[in-house]
Amino acid sequence: MFAVRVGLQKFNIPHKFEIESIITLYARWIREGKLKVNSDWNKERKIKFTVQDPCQLVRKTFGDPMAEDLRYVTKAVVGEENFIEMTPNRSNNYCCGGGGGFLQNGMPEARRAFGKVKYDQIMATGAQYAITPCHNCHSQIHDLSEYYEGGYHSVHLWTLICLSMGILGENEREYLGEDLADVDVLYSKEEQ
Amino acid sequence: MAEEAIKLGGKKKSTFIDQVKGLLPDGGNLNLCLTCGACSSGCPATGLEGMDPRKFLRMAALGMDDEVLSSDWAWMCTLCMRCIYVCPMKIDIPQLVFNVRKSRPREERPKGILGSCDMALKHDTCSAMGASEEDFQFVVEDVLEEVRETQPGFENLEAPINKKGAEYFLNQNSREPVTEPDEMVPLWKILHSVGADWTYGTKGWAAENYCLFMADLENWEHIVRVKAKAVDDLGCKYWLNTE
Repeated sequence: MFAVRVGLQKFNIPHKFEIESIITLYARWIREGKLKVNSDWNKERKIKFTVQDPCQLVRKTFGDPMAEDLRYVTKAVVGEENFIEMTPNRSNNYCCGGGGGFLQNGMPEARRAFGKVKYDQIMATGAQYAITPCHNCHSQIHDLSEYYEGGYHSVHLWTLICLSMGILGENEREYLGEDLADVDVLYSKEEQ
Repeated sequence: MAEEAIKLGGKKKSTFIDQVKGLLPDGGNLNLCLTCGACSSGCPATGLEGMDPRKFLRMAALGMDDEVLSSDWAWMCTLCMRCIYVCPMKIDIPQLVFNVRKSRPREERPKGILGSCDMALKHDTCSAMGASEEDFQFVVEDVLEEVRETQPGFENLEAPINKKGAEYFLNQNSREPVTEPDEMVPLWKILHSVGADWTYGTKGWAAENYCLFMADLENWEHIVRVKAKAVDDLGCKYWLNTE
């Protein structure tokens, strides 16, 4: 998104469309009652979630209003009492170390040393899941958990939204832990 | 008594930082550093290669071009912009870093990013994993068909491709269609359940752009132009990012 938004300006590229993040739409659709998420599935389980504010999306593009939408969606899906902030957060959040090409540039030691800051931040929340609504964040935070043996999971929002609506299929649970692997599965027809 | 004062002779040599200043609005404020260290204290790359943002900037300001340009630190900074965000003087250290990257001969830049940038130039899909128009369409249709056949309630699920006039042109990181296609399905279900008017495009669907990270301006621009044309050719109102 950053590459396109800044590229359009920098290179004066004429265009007729606007740029939108799906996080904004998730929040709008939930407010309008179109996206019928709810957090009942987590009332008893009390599984804790934290959120990574992606640099590209928050600090570098839309700022804190985007961070608020991200929290609104998260709380609607996992329950307000099950959401824990990292510190610092929003536009002040630390980069995870997955951006800028770091995941691909052949410097894994440096990348993981960089990411230790993020890892410690996540571990301090005690959350079992880090919601990572950016692909680079998702991969890096997943790798940090495996490398430093943190035991937390890195998960996209779309997984949790569908889980909360009871429409997440069996093959769409790659990034869920054992605690959620069997929750509200939409089983295929043969197995029903 | 001190000996005779040293006179600095000759013209001041042009340094790298002067060149960068010339490229940036207000010179990127690169000469305004108060040396407060707010940038370095909140930078996860502090300490890597014995470097930090303040040190990097000061070394550049002192004309230590060889050290600055040869350091790998510019590739360990993620251009996350936390330094400029907290800087009281709004010094554009990320642009300094970006220009250090740009100054390295193209073939000597990190192979992984170079390969991903080059791969994205192969097809108008802009996929850094080299997925073609046909690859993408095949995967989407294949996954869609299976979901329709097996998942109750989703017999009419859609994943439109090249639908003219759709409100949203959805892009997709190559990782999903290429390595974990099932991860696309939850997104389709969400869009389906709210009745969104959306489409993929066989051209320009890939969300990533490694040429930006490579500091390869020409190819960064090329990719953005291909994507912008793809969205406008379909007449979509929004370029929708999955992030």
